[in-house]
Amino acid sequence: MNSAESTFTDRLLGRVRLSGLLSLAAPVLAVVFAGAVTSIVLLVSGDPPLETLGVMIDYGTQPRSIGLMLNSATTFYLAAIAVAIGFRMNLFNIGVDGQYRLAALIAAAVGGAVVLPGPLHVALIIFVAMLVGAGWASIAALLKVKRGVSEVISTIMLNAIATSLGSWLLNRERLAVQVGNNIGTKPIPESGQVPGMAIIPGTEYKVFGLIILAVVVGVGYHVLLNRTRFGFDLRATGRSESAAVASGVNVKKMVLIAMIMSGAAAGLIGMPQLLGASYTYSLDFPTGLGFTGIAIALLGRNHPVGIAFGALLWAFLGTSSEILQIHEIAPEIVQIMQGTIVLSVIIAYELVHRYQITAEQRRVSRELASGTPPRAEGASV
Amino acid sequence: MLHNRFGRLAASALAGTMLMGAAACGGSEEPTTTASPGTGATSAAPGGGTTKVGLAYDIGGRGDQSFNDAAAAGLDKAKTELGLAEAKELEAGSGETEAAKEERLRLLAQGGFNPIIAVGFAYSKPLAKVAAEFPDVKFAIVDDAEAKAANITNLLFAEHEGSFLVGAAAALKSEKNHVGFVGGVRVPLIDKFEAGFEAGAKAVKPDIKIESTYLSEPPEFSGFNDPAKGKTAAEGMFDAGADVVYHAAGGSGGGVFEAAKAANGKAIGVDSDQAKTAAEGVRDVIMTSMIKKVDVAVFDFLKSVSDGSVASGPKVYDLKAGGVDYSTTGGQVDDIKTKLDEYKQKIVSGEITVPDKTS
Repeated sequence: MNSAESTFTDRLLGRVRLSGLLSLAAPVLAVVFAGAVTSIVLLVSGDPPLETLGVMIDYGTQPRSIGLMLNSATTFYLAAIAVAIGFRMNLFNIGVDGQYRLAALIAAAVGGAVVLPGPLHVALIIFVAMLVGAGWASIAALLKVKRGVSEVISTIMLNAIATSLGSWLLNRERLAVQVGNNIGTKPIPESGQVPGMAIIPGTEYKVFGLIILAVVVGVGYHVLLNRTRFGFDLRATGRSESAAVASGVNVKKMVLIAMIMSGAAAGLIGMPQLLGASYTYSLDFPTGLGFTGIAIALLGRNHPVGIAFGALLWAFLGTSSEILQIHEIAPEIVQIMQGTIVLSVIIAYELVHRYQITAEQRRVSRELASGTPPRAEGASV
Repeated sequence: MLHNRFGRLAASALAGTMLMGAAACGGSEEPTTTASPGTGATSAAPGGGTTKVGLAYDIGGRGDQSFNDAAAAGLDKAKTELGLAEAKELEAGSGETEAAKEERLRLLAQGGFNPIIAVGFAYSKPLAKVAAEFPDVKFAIVDDAEAKAANITNLLFAEHEGSFLVGAAAALKSEKNHVGFVGGVRVPLIDKFEAGFEAGAKAVKPDIKIESTYLSEPPEFSGFNDPAKGKTAAEGMFDAGADVVYHAAGGSGGGVFEAAKAANGKAIGVDSDQAKTAAEGVRDVIMTSMIKKVDVAVFDFLKSVSDGSVASGPKVYDLKAGGVDYSTTGGQVDDIKTKLDEYKQKIVSGEITVPDKTS
């Protein structure tokens, strides 16, 4: 694909590749820019930037912290993949948040209500979660396909409805039991739990068993997009709807399927936490992961490996906010860092892309001036 | 069109994130910086004490105008009166996992902080885990009875009993036979307030009309800190004919008071004596407040640790122990005080059992 023909969205969502050294320049530029902005913020708030970074790295590289990081990254990764599936198709699924919360709640209730032999029990819970996530997302998909309702609007509204529905279900008279001042679904019995793995040397802290699920989903995402006809159609539709229609792709069907897949993936987001730590969906179940997923999908440029790095970076920053508080540094610094990094990545890639476009144009005009016939791609510039 | 929409969305989302981050930073920078007279046990001056206290807040932290603030007030009192060597206050992030809470408590325990106080029931499971790992450290948790161990003190409150009294006061003062309840977030803890309030109002006037609403549904906890929503909800109640509204909505209560002022109605405060702490202009509409003495509980716990008399297990701050009560600031309930104290006696003696759940 020629970057000169691309739009900002294409470049933002990582559809256009950078060539050669430039592909290295973008992330380096982003890191430098993010570092500079964060340092300024730290200096303004009266904290030494280098020492702050030192404290974070010191704590973040301890075996136990690495375990904590991997666990949050597992959740973040699933969230970002769910968002990325939509992005690839030009669908802005803001409803990932509501989809995973509702999915986790209902899956937890089902898991706590039945007793099945081990693997079957786990499989049932995960299946229910995917089904609920997909079902909730399909409302937005149907509204878009049948009535042309923007998925941005409908998913935001569905998030609010999911919150209210969840609150209604999480009631003593319905799916929940009250424990002290907390209220949650009936705990999932041992057969439905996924044991952790103590794979990090130097600590007994266990990593979520479902980290494997995240890896499988990542590989599946890659294979589906790049190795199947469906993935090709999906990418083609995302790039240019009219071109896809002309080559015989049923765009409405693609929208429907992509949204439902995004929802099914969203259903998985709560699973590592539910089956590996909480065993119940209660008032303190983690929230807001759908929005974190949007940021990480942008950060990772919708690429399965890029998202993995993004999720790890996000988790590292989140984990180290605790140690910052101990050192009397405002933990909100971490949120500023996270915001700055996403912004830097977007700006850096855009700058490098523009540089590439100008460089190409110069090359073409040079070739024209010297009488060499320009290559075909120059024709459209 | 499409790419414009995406571009704008992405840009505004990011700008929003940045701004929110910056705002959050500016807002809490001052309170989170804790004064530490001596850094660590070794440098503590003689008589300055060697106790390093750790305090882990729930979402909102210091400055939430609700129970986090009440806990902070107890800590501040202990700092001056007991001469603590150091106090470290850590805040919870919104939507965080149990693992993050556990890590917060563990870092405090590892850092030599003892005793450690966790504010809010969300710390229940994390606290139980960390307390087992550090048997020599004394822990306390506010609003939770589930975490049990030899080194955990549970600071519990009978909010329903206090709410019963202000419910009775509301019914006695209501001329229209119509009162209202505004809850912050629909969680079991706030349900206790509502249940007590209802029971109290109905004990006075069995046929009284009671409006009830919640500002947000979990996991959306904004209802505890959204005065505009509180105002709208209370306005609706006054419009519908209520003349006394009780709020259990933390920082949103300010809006309830404004609505009461505008409607010429009365309001009832919560947690602290709000006729003393609310914005000056609305104090005259606050006829009484349901006081929940989290500050006293925190101070008592710290004191008992410093003089070695700390006891593990539940410590219930009910009407009998003076842990909850109604306030008389402003003199607006002086004429019904004897009646309210009669109810109080009946609750203390066990003649009246106040329900702690709405039916």
